[in-house]
Order: sequence, then structure tokens, then C-alpha cells
Amino acid sequence: MFAYYLDLALRSLRRSPGLTALMVLTIAFGVAASMTAWSVFRAVSGDPIPWKSAQLHVPQVDMWGPSGRSPDSTDNDPPNALDYNDAVALMRDHRAKLQSAMYAIGPSVVPADAAKHPIQTGGHAVFGEFFAMVDVPFKYGSGWSATDDEHRAQVAVISAKLNEKVFDGANSVGKMLNIEGRDYRVVGVIGDWNPQPRFYDVVNTGGFASESEDLYVPFNTAISAGMSNDGNTNCSVVPEAGFEGLQRSSCVWIAYMAQLDDAAAVDAYRNYLEGFARTRYTGWAPNVRLRNLPDWLDHEHVVPSDTKVSLLIALGLLLVCLVNTAGLLLAKFLRRSSEIGVRRALGAPRLAIYAQFLTEGAVIGLTGGVLGLVLTGIGVASVALVLPRDIANLAHLDVSLLATTLVVSVLASLLAALYPTFRAARVVPAWQLKSN
Amino acid sequence: MTLHPLLAALRRHKAGVVLIALQIALTLAIVCNAVFIIGSRIERIHRPSGLNESDLFMVSQHWVGAPTGDDQATTDKLDSLLQADVATLRSLPDVESVTPINSLPLANSTWSGGASTKPDEKNEPAHVAYYFGGKDMLKTLGAHLAAGRDFTDDEIRHQAVRAPNQPVITIISQALADKLFPDHDALGKAIYFDGGNKPATIVGIVERLQTPSVESWANDFAWNTALIPTRLDGGSSRYAVRARPGRLNEAMKAATEALYKANPMRVFYLDGKGARAFSDIRANTYRADRGMAILMGVICLILLAVTGAGIVGLTSFWVGQRHKQIGVRRALGARKLDILRYFQAENLLIAGGGALAGIVLAIGLNLWLMHRFEMDRIPVVYVLLGVAVVLALGQLAVFAPARRAANVPPVVATRSV
Repeated sequence: MFAYYLDLALRSLRRSPGLTALMVLTIAFGVAASMTAWSVFRAVSGDPIPWKSAQLHVPQVDMWGPSGRSPDSTDNDPPNALDYNDAVALMRDHRAKLQSAMYAIGPSVVPADAAKHPIQTGGHAVFGEFFAMVDVPFKYGSGWSATDDEHRAQVAVISAKLNEKVFDGANSVGKMLNIEGRDYRVVGVIGDWNPQPRFYDVVNTGGFASESEDLYVPFNTAISAGMSNDGNTNCSVVPEAGFEGLQRSSCVWIAYMAQLDDAAAVDAYRNYLEGFARTRYTGWAPNVRLRNLPDWLDHEHVVPSDTKVSLLIALGLLLVCLVNTAGLLLAKFLRRSSEIGVRRALGAPRLAIYAQFLTEGAVIGLTGGVLGLVLTGIGVASVALVLPRDIANLAHLDVSLLATTLVVSVLASLLAALYPTFRAARVVPAWQLKSN
Repeated sequence: MTLHPLLAALRRHKAGVVLIALQIALTLAIVCNAVFIIGSRIERIHRPSGLNESDLFMVSQHWVGAPTGDDQATTDKLDSLLQADVATLRSLPDVESVTPINSLPLANSTWSGGASTKPDEKNEPAHVAYYFGGKDMLKTLGAHLAAGRDFTDDEIRHQAVRAPNQPVITIISQALADKLFPDHDALGKAIYFDGGNKPATIVGIVERLQTPSVESWANDFAWNTALIPTRLDGGSSRYAVRARPGRLNEAMKAATEALYKANPMRVFYLDGKGARAFSDIRANTYRADRGMAILMGVICLILLAVTGAGIVGLTSFWVGQRHKQIGVRRALGARKLDILRYFQAENLLIAGGGALAGIVLAIGLNLWLMHRFEMDRIPVVYVLLGVAVVLALGQLAVFAPARRAANVPPVVATRSV
């Protein structure tokens, strides 16, 4: 029976090629525009570590008090980073299963080969637990131990890319690396790892970066070496001069992440954090936050609002295309009222009319979808030319996007065909048979 | 022409009319807001920074193993490295002037603070971004001095990058002057930065100078800037360089080569290239805005095309359906023009209805975007423009099918099938 409906649909569509082409194009453009916008949105709003994001938490402590807040702040949220003293104290208390304070660094690396120029790098000063906490995949070696943290060991974990540049890609574990004139022993080389957004420190990285990070060194070691902060510094009170002055100040420049495996651990940590704030900051009521990663990314507005607005507008376009197709189908179906009348008079039930016309809608949707695939491909390739590079690089075509394109276009055209089909099925056979 | 037969005819295919009107309403709502986004982005991209942007470029680098610069000895050491670089750049034949500087308008990296007319102010009335620079800062930037004077060479100081900002004199932007001294002349007055108690005298006012960041957090003080006659000594440095007219590319190439030659223990920022023309900094900074404008433009075009085509399709169908009635009217004496007018009026009626609903939708969508995405209120002119566009689109789309209708011969009326 389906084959018969398919045949009817194709005949009908062939009968008015102009109208058919118009509907197919409408569906194709509408779907392609929204799929292109969706590909960008999907790329920036994805969970960078889905298997663990619910366990990863970002603590915030109000070290400035009400007077440090901007007068137009409405949510009373504490600063979005920690000062040095609080970060170190939280690390010392060590209440989470895994945790790390961290700050952005940008030291230069001097290759042993004197003929090579120094290399500018970017990375983070972190604690050894960082690597297990955020599931960093290692190609060679591993992270460093708590003892290394404690003893301010001159060790480093480097990216495969930096390993390629400095050690020609060989297993460099145990080799020495000159960072800003000091020798660090390489203990690990990271494999393919460039999470987007850079969830462990969205405050300093702005969320997205096309290049992976090159280098991780122990937090305490970096502090001792005077490796300065390469990220943002926010102060409520002007700090004393120098990097040491910054460490004594209440300026915030350190990101923090803790792994808390279940609700009980989260509650316990939240209580601990409140107690921590209560004992350290007696001038005001303890004001702390403990957000899990998805909430934190949302709070920090990691997804650019342009991306959201684009998606909305593109969905609006799809809606208009739907309405347009519905109008055209209505016209097309009702023009065949006499045909429907004959079929109904010859005993076809309403259901058969539904099947016939929805098949026709689906055929349009499928054809539009195939054309839409091509247009989506062009769309995704073209947004890369106009969007900021960090974001554009993330948008890509894959099987799931292509499948979604087809499904959406068939569903969209079925939806558009629904009302016209309903009207077609209600054609009264007697009137149609009489009128001619 | 009376409205009655028009309305009576429309009532016979309500669903089609409603669908077309709905489509026009949605199109209007989306197009208005999209065009408004395009308009505001274009305006944003084209606002002048206050610099003389041609022939200007920035050099950004880091000395490998540089001291952290916290004590006087290392600060002096870093300053001599800085001075050496400036001398190297200044000696190049294609370079007109050079200044060390912490950032440039649109270059993103920002040192900002609060400014007040009173000492020890906790909540300063104005947010301000600082430009710390050396000799020839104003000349190199090409910012226009509206009042007062430039810094003299012996007024330039230097300090560690992390030392507090406590200048004795400053040049501020007109916007900051207007904000702090709304009633009188700011020139010669004292200004206090970052809640401090050491006054700086305003010796000059520049007409316009943008802050380095165009991100939303910096929007409320986009033009509040202050020039500080102080070289900042840190492990990294930036230089603003003005090339001789028309020699930008040569000067940029020569600059990085000369710096490497003078001291190879350095790494260059800006994608490893070390130098970037100001035009590229501008393009880079506004890339997101430009991209958004293009995206919205493409969506508008598709939208208008789809709606236009939809009107053509549906009207064509109606013309076909009313073939016989048109023939009857023609046979009864209606002119071709009457038939043409009929379809045009019918479209105007539907599009007008759709546009009315569309105005409400457009404003609703705008309010929602304002609420969710910090968008501005849409000016009425965009909505009116949108109405004009959809009405014109409707008339344009209906013309071809309406003319076909007008060409239906009267003899159709007498044919039975």
C-alpha cells in the first residue's frame, strides 16, 4: 500500500514541478539554516567532560565582603576566582576527594638545540591531583605526586605538541626541559586532549581556545619560581607591589576545582566551605557558592549570547518555512478535492487519505532534507569563515548532524502537512462529485 | 473598489489567508530584529577608536628568563631591556615613532581601575582604562589633543608592572573629563585613581580614545581612558609603532627582525609573529560582530525569499482556482486593470493584517531578547522599515500571478469545464 501512496505522491509532485521545487527549497533552506546554527551551538554548549561534570565543583568564597561588590551587582555572588591565601588554605585542608588550585602561566621554553628559537607556551600551574581529577590522558608517563607538590619539585607535564617541538616526539619522560632558564624534569606527556570549553579555568581562558595547552607545572614550584600569572587579576583593594604583594593581597586570580562524588560529599563540602568563610571573614555573613560544572559554565556565560541568538533566529526561519510549506501544501491538496472525493466515494477510508497525503509530505521532507544536507555542509563551512576562530573551529559536520538534518526536515514537512491533510481528509465526497 | 467582495472572498479560504498572514507576521518580527542586530553591529564596528589607525602596528614579546621585576634592581634591569628595544625600533628607517605601551584600543588586554575627583573614594564614580606609555606616546597613537599639552620627555617615569598606579600627571579622554567634571573644565584639576590619596594633575585632554576591551564588561566605560606617563617594566612588553606613510609592511618586517637580531632570547606573541598591523587588530576584535551581522543578513535574505516565493505560490493557486470567476467578471465588463488591482488589494489586505500582528511580535521578540541577552530596545524606525519591506515584498510577489489573472480571457466564463 505504501508503494502505491509513494507512486501517487510522486505523480502529484511531478504534476506541478514549480510548486514542488518551491516547497523542497523552502524546507531545505529552513533546515540548513537551523542546522548550521545548531552545529555552532552544539559545539559551544556541549559538556566537555560528560562522564564526570556532575562531580566536578567550583567553590567560591566571598573574601571582599559587601563593600567589594559593585553597586549594580544584584545576585550577591562572590568573586569568580580565589585569592592566593584562600586557595592555599583550601588545598591545605584538602576536604575533597581530588582538588586543585590553578593559575594560568605563559612561560617560554628554551630548546636544548641552540639553533632553535625559544618557544612561547601557555599552560597552568596546578596540583598533582589535577590530572586524575579532570581525566587527562597520558601518552607517556603520568602526573606528579603529592610529595612533588609539597617539595616544590621542578617537574613538568607537557603536551604532545610541545613534545614534538622540543623532543621530536620521542618519549621524553625523565628528560630535562628548560623553562624560563630553569630545568624541569618531564614526568608526563599528554596525549590528544583539548577539552572545549576549557572547563577547569573558564575565567582565565574565556572558555574556548583553538590551541591546546602546552605545559603544566606544580603550583607551589611556579609560585617559588616567580612564574607570574598570565590570566586575569581582579582586585577590590589595590595590592602591594610585586608578585609577592599579589600573593598577600585579596586580589582574585586563582581558579579552583574539586571532585565531590555524591550528594553527601557535596553537602559536607558546602558545610566545610561555610565554616571556612565564617572563621576567616568575621566582618560579614559567610557567603559561599559551590556549583557543579554545568551550573558553573552556565553562570560564567561560556556559551556566547550571539550563538544563542543566532540559533533562535534560525529556528524562527525554520518556523516561517514550516508555515510557508503548510500554506502551499494546503493549496495543493485542496486543489485535488475532486480526486479525493472520487477516492472517498469508491470506499477509501479517511485513514487512507491521511496515509496518502502524509506520504506526499514526507517525500517533500526527504527531498528537502537531502538538499538540506548539501546546504548544511556549505553553511558549516561558511560560518568558519565569518565566526571567531576559536568557535568556528569547533563547528563541524558529523554523522549525527547529518542524521538530525534528515530527521528534522522529514518531521518538519510532516508537521507542515498535518493541517492540510486534515482538511483533505474532511472533503465531503458528495459535494465534489456533484459540482462537476 | 469596495472592500466587501474582497473580504467575502477571503472568508472562503480562511486557512490559507491565516497561514500567509502568519508567515508575514513572523517574517516581519524576525527581519526587524535581525536588521536591528545588523545595524547595531555595523555601528559598533565602525566607531572610531580615536587613534590614527593607518600605518600603526603593535609589537608584543617576552624576554626569556626575564626577572620578575619586583625589586628596584630588577625593575631597572627590565627597563634597560625595554629602552634597548625602543632604541632598536626607533632606529629603523621605516619607523616614524615608537612608544612602549601596555595595550592599545581594541587589543583586549586591559588594566582598568576607578577614577574620582576626591581622595580615598571607595566607590569611584567612573571606571577607567589606563594606557601606560613612554616618550612619544601621544604622537605614536595619533590621538587628537583637544585641550592642554602633551607630556614632556622628562616627565616620563618607569615602574614595575605590578606596582600601584600613582602618577603625578595624566592626560584623560574627553569622555572621562565630562563624566568627572560635568560642569567645569577638567584641565589642571586633580584626579585620584583606584581609591588612592595621591592626586594626579590633568595636563591634557584627548578628544576620543577607546578602551582596549570591547567585551560586555567594559561597555559602560568604553571611552573612559587615561594616559599615564610611565613605562611598565615586566617580563613582557608591547610597543606601539608608527611606520612612515605607506611603509607599514616593511616596517613590521624590519621591526621583528631587528629585535631578534639585537636580542634573540625572546619569544614573540601575536601567533608567534610578534607584530600585528592595527587594521588586523581591529578586524580580529570585531570578527564576532562582523560574523553575526553577516549571519543575520543571510537569514534575512532567505526569509524574505521564502516568504516572497510563498506568496507567489499561494496566489498562483488562488488565481487558478478562481479562473472561472475571473472570466465571469471580465465578461461582465471588468477591465484587466480591475482584476490586477483586485489581487493587489487582496494581498495588501492580508499583508497589512500580517504586518499588524508582526509589529506586536517584533516588539515582543525584542523585549524578550532584551531580557535574556542584554540587547537594546529596537528603535521604531526599524519596525516601520520592516513593515514597508514586507508590504513591498507582498506587492512585488503578487504582481506576476495577478497579471496572469488579468490575462484570463472573458470567454472562460462561457466554457463549461
